[in-house]
Amino acid sequence: MADRRRFSELAMPHMQALYSAALRMTRNPADAEDLVQETFLKAYRAFDRYEDGTNLKAWLYKILTNTFINSYRAAKRRPEKADVEDIEDLYMYRRIGDLRSAGAGPSAEDEVFGRFTDDEVKEAIESLPEAFRIAVLLADVEGFSYKEIAEITEVPIGTVMSRIHRGRKALQKALLDFAVGRGLVGSTESGR
Amino acid sequence: MESEEPGVDCNGTIERLYHYLDGELTDERRQEIRHHLDECSPCLDAFDFEAELRHVIASRCKDHVPEALRQRVHDALREEEKRHRSDA
Repeated sequence: MADRRRFSELAMPHMQALYSAALRMTRNPADAEDLVQETFLKAYRAFDRYEDGTNLKAWLYKILTNTFINSYRAAKRRPEKADVEDIEDLYMYRRIGDLRSAGAGPSAEDEVFGRFTDDEVKEAIESLPEAFRIAVLLADVEGFSYKEIAEITEVPIGTVMSRIHRGRKALQKALLDFAVGRGLVGSTESGR
Repeated sequence: MESEEPGVDCNGTIERLYHYLDGELTDERRQEIRHHLDECSPCLDAFDFEAELRHVIASRCKDHVPEALRQRVHDALREEEKRHRSDA
């Protein structure tokens, strides 16, 4: 059982990561701030149920994710797709390889990656349907294991793996669409 | 991408790419993939690309916490502490 007096000291260092996740989830700064505040209050009240020495970050994310799903999803402002299209493995890698051999691509992947702005990466994540967005966020931005994500989101591990896998490919497509749209890399439409 | 190595071929390696990068393979399977990557530069190239992309995504998704939010949370927790103490 954790000592409530130590809550701030232990939990506050996670605020930056929680706020970023809240922004990606709600896609709205005002909602993200409310969601973070509510998460900290709920965590404080429940802190006697947190077991010392277990993963505090995962525990806070579970509260954040549950609060988002239960309270903020209903108030979401944009209509949203529930699924992602099926996209081939290594989507971006292969497309960039095609562009390179057609002479329309950058010479190195560092060049492509360097051209994405922070806002484009954030927007690409935010464009994913909710379940995929949360899975990719927890895996790729926060570095949680499949098992931890299964516990945080309360879905079976097989579902988590499938959401991460398909979500990542959809994210790659969204990013590459930005790059093509901005003329950062050429289009391969004629070659396909 | 063809390999005659026993254990795991290019298809098997690419199939396990994400599990490998996610650190979700058994040591034995990890060794097999590592061994294949040591000998197969096309697969290694794909792995490096995915690893670098992952790094780019994680590093671009950091947001600055507004000072007002820190203050709000701090104040809300202090209120809650007071309430908790007076209940106790």
